[in-house]
Amino acid sequence: MGHQRAAFTGVVLMAIRKEHEIHTRRRGRNVGVGLMLAGFVVLVMVLTFVKITSTDFTNAPGTPSLPAATKGTN
Amino acid sequence: MTDITNTPAMEYEAQLGDYFALLKPRVMSLVVFTALVGMLAAPVGVHPVVGFASILFIAIGAGASGALNMWWDADIDAIMRRTQSRPIPSGRVQPGEALALGVALSGMAVVMLGLAANLLAAGMLLFTILFYAVFYSMWLKRATPQNIVIGGAAGAFPPVIGWIVATGSFSVEAWLMFALIFMWTPPHFWALALFMRSDYDDAGVPMLTVTHGRPATRRHILAYTVLLVVLAVGTAFSAIGGWVYLATALVLNALFLLGAYRIWQRDEVDAEADNYAVERKFFRLSLYYLFLHFGAILIEGSLRAWGISAPLSLGWF
Repeated sequence: MGHQRAAFTGVVLMAIRKEHEIHTRRRGRNVGVGLMLAGFVVLVMVLTFVKITSTDFTNAPGTPSLPAATKGTN
Repeated sequence: MTDITNTPAMEYEAQLGDYFALLKPRVMSLVVFTALVGMLAAPVGVHPVVGFASILFIAIGAGASGALNMWWDADIDAIMRRTQSRPIPSGRVQPGEALALGVALSGMAVVMLGLAANLLAAGMLLFTILFYAVFYSMWLKRATPQNIVIGGAAGAFPPVIGWIVATGSFSVEAWLMFALIFMWTPPHFWALALFMRSDYDDAGVPMLTVTHGRPATRRHILAYTVLLVVLAVGTAFSAIGGWVYLATALVLNALFLLGAYRIWQRDEVDAEADNYAVERKFFRLSLYYLFLHFGAILIEGSLRAWGISAPLSLGWF
């Protein structure tokens, strides 16, 4: 009986072995893709910050210019 | 009992490095360098973050066109010794994966360059990708012995795109950098074709060596080198040139012209006797030639930015 259980356990362990070589290889690839995506997100964030802070929006289309606004209040 | 570890699908799973190899990293490094020089030689400054992002997206766009080229050329890559170890012919990456990667990265690179820099730069990047992947790879390469001459334009666009990132427009100086790479490409590749002698023949690619013979190729190398020398030295007197560039160009072009002359003088008997030593040396020199010319343009740009440049001018201009 004990021998049967040991054999059974062995089979089960083989079938659902957690770490197969392919998992290790996939992990490396997935971590790489993850890091690249994270880098891309950071780059877009920094780029947006730079664009917003370095763009002069006072003369953007649809923005009332200062003299016109002054005239309106007079 | 079935051994699942030996099923074909699990024999090899492509790694990140295999996908990276699809992007032709060595070509990408040249693209990064020439685009960077184009951007820094321009008379307009670029914010470092915008500059970094732009160069990155230009490089990704160039890499994407490389992946599309490998997808299309997988059949001849499998024949040529030089390209047999590429990811698709070696079975590490499936052709469909290369196509998907190439299309996805192309779209991403063009859109992001448009957002990071300007629409003209994005348009030029899109044009470059289509020029290389469609016009050169799918049509020219297998159709005409002038494939290298016209296709060389694809590799010559990056400094123009770099310049447009900075200035938002075209200019003569940007086209001079374009012309430098454009005229350099034929002698560079024809020298390679001379000593990789059976590769292009076996693959049926109509290189000049195959269609017009080796003596004609040697004559073409010399002719294009003469034109390149005139252009490269003449650039010293433009807005991107200067004393540093002139000194560099004079030395390099003298060596390059000498190399092309030696190639022209030889025949196949001489070449085979020393295993194409002169052709190989010329090919190696061509790599330094381009790198040092663009390095000199970069130095001139830096000197101008620091206000210590002494521009060259011809007395009669």
